[in-house]
Amino acid sequence: MRSDEETLAALRRGDEGVFVELVRQHQALMLRVAWRYVRNRTVAEEVVQETWLAVLSGLGGFEGRASVKTWIFRILVNRAITRAQREGRAVPFSSLGGDRADEPAVDPDRFRPADDRYAGGWKRVPEPLPEERLLARETLGLIEAAIAGLPERQSLVIMMRDVEGWSSEQVCQALSISEANQRVLLHRARSKVRSCLESYLDPAPALT
Amino acid sequence: MSTERTITCQELTEALTDYLEGVMAPEDSATLEAHLAVCEACVNYLTQMRQTIAATSRLRVEDVEATAPDDLLAAFRAWKRGEPIPEP
Repeated sequence: MRSDEETLAALRRGDEGVFVELVRQHQALMLRVAWRYVRNRTVAEEVVQETWLAVLSGLGGFEGRASVKTWIFRILVNRAITRAQREGRAVPFSSLGGDRADEPAVDPDRFRPADDRYAGGWKRVPEPLPEERLLARETLGLIEAAIAGLPERQSLVIMMRDVEGWSSEQVCQALSISEANQRVLLHRARSKVRSCLESYLDPAPALT
Repeated sequence: MSTERTITCQELTEALTDYLEGVMAPEDSATLEAHLAVCEACVNYLTQMRQTIAATSRLRVEDVEATAPDDLLAAFRAWKRGEPIPEP
């Protein structure tokens, strides 16, 4: 992997190969992120295109305080928000709504009630997921669908963290959110995907 | 007097991301690990969560057709020549 310094130096020299590679590397996720804000494929593609032009305009002045990747996504997110506002769409990251902090990680019915001697203990014990089925293609499809069905912020965070392997710091910078907020979103997202996988793969009947 | 703290299975499921992210206070991590030491169900839950993360990491953001790389390349060449970037 090329370092950020090398990438920047190559771009500033006008190395087309490095530019094309950078576009290829980020394009798919950029489109997904933009789409989450603007909810329209064509508009999302325009936002991505605009972002690359803005990246070229800003290349001379970029000081490398953030990584190249987070810088590009910051530009993308800002443009997507502007477009979403212009199109009259509510912007997911502009308000605190939409993510209930009290949303449980696991269905409360899975636990013994407050008046039970073992309150808060499992009623039905979770079992490790069967590895061979976990690797099946249709399971991947299930995960993809589960992520697509998440609230926007949760979906973006789990895509960046767990699909793309970004660090929490990079996600916070790209999406302008706090570490704590990022963690709550990741927690909700992972918990829901886990729950989908469990109910799909668990051989035990869903009885208590 | 001992003020040994404990957590329930339900509380553990809510604290797990903080634990996995390594941002939990040492005494809270110790409480969580003490629970795991005696609760196979929660060990299984932790296993499920790790399996979930590993399975998710195998997904690829779909290889979408790169949008008009020719346009971008033209813009890059213009930029290289010191011409103004078309204002989006």
